[in-house]
Amino acid sequence: MIIPIDLIILVLIIVSAIAAITVPDLLSSAVILGAYSFLLCLLWTVMGAVDVAFTEATVGAGVSTVFCVAAIFHTSRRTKD
Amino acid sequence: MKILGKITILLCGSLLLFFTSDFPDFGDANSPASLHLSPYFIEHTLEDTAVPNVVTSVLADYRGYDTMFETTVILTAGLACFLLLRIPKRAVKNRYYLHEPTGVTLRFEGDKYPQESDVFKRIDSSWVPYDIIINFTCRLLIHFIQIFALYVVAHGHHSPGGGFQGGVVLGASVILFAISGNLRAAIKRFGEKTAALFSATGVFIYAGTAALCMVLGENFIDYAALAPILGSDRIMARSHGIFIVEIGVAVAVMAVMIWIYYNLSSAGKQDEGL
Repeated sequence: MIIPIDLIILVLIIVSAIAAITVPDLLSSAVILGAYSFLLCLLWTVMGAVDVAFTEATVGAGVSTVFCVAAIFHTSRRTKD
Repeated sequence: MKILGKITILLCGSLLLFFTSDFPDFGDANSPASLHLSPYFIEHTLEDTAVPNVVTSVLADYRGYDTMFETTVILTAGLACFLLLRIPKRAVKNRYYLHEPTGVTLRFEGDKYPQESDVFKRIDSSWVPYDIIINFTCRLLIHFIQIFALYVVAHGHHSPGGGFQGGVVLGASVILFAISGNLRAAIKRFGEKTAALFSATGVFIYAGTAALCMVLGENFIDYAALAPILGSDRIMARSHGIFIVEIGVAVAVMAVMIWIYYNLSSAGKQDEGL
């Protein structure tokens, strides 16, 4: 049964994508984007594109999340103006 | 204005969804993509290039230009980050030092600060002192991550992976070291100049291999021309050429990832950061 797994992952991807843009905190948004990338990686593995899934896991879920967190580290919680 | 934006998004989204129904189905054998090119690649890859993994041979050999300019794009991203963010280290106003025998933290202003001392330990102004458990665990893990990255690069001919993924994993190991310890220790081991040099070297290895084929009297990125240099037949030369090119991609991607991380995490000062 491949189709139900496919659909479950797709629903989770949409949920995490909406969560990433509605969450008020930037750090949680970055972490949810990492989860989104990882779910996308799972979807590509299910579809058989293993090379793309590997790239997504390393670049999307790994390094780009680190870049987002490193950039958010230099922001403050409230703006000064 | 907000309503206008929402209407535009709804309109574009519904148009996209409407025209998606015209696309061929997933795995449709009669779609244009799987009628001409895909069967050729699947049938001829092993006899043309002696590479079992079709994706690797398509990326680095049949569609070599794509990957070459992708590597150039990554180098450009690293350069853009450097040019936008990098500021001189002198802009750091205050430095914090921990006097280890007494445990007192001191703040130094201006240019006077202890150089390379046994009792004074530099600490970051905005980052809590790192944890010894995290530090130790990461130091244990980094070796295995790097060996796995080398495996991914070298085994790209047979399994998923290749230069890009292996390079990112290699870069991530250095980034993990910078996060678990501190940024200065990482910069001391893999400096900014090294990163800049490596990222250019990677692109040069790729473009140089491709240009060497042209010097030897064949087309650009036709690795079969390298057969006399590598001492193998023309088919194995393509396999070896793909491997050389993958190493170039891995070196460039690794260096650029580390370079971008240094600039981003320290806001361009390359002095203290996450």
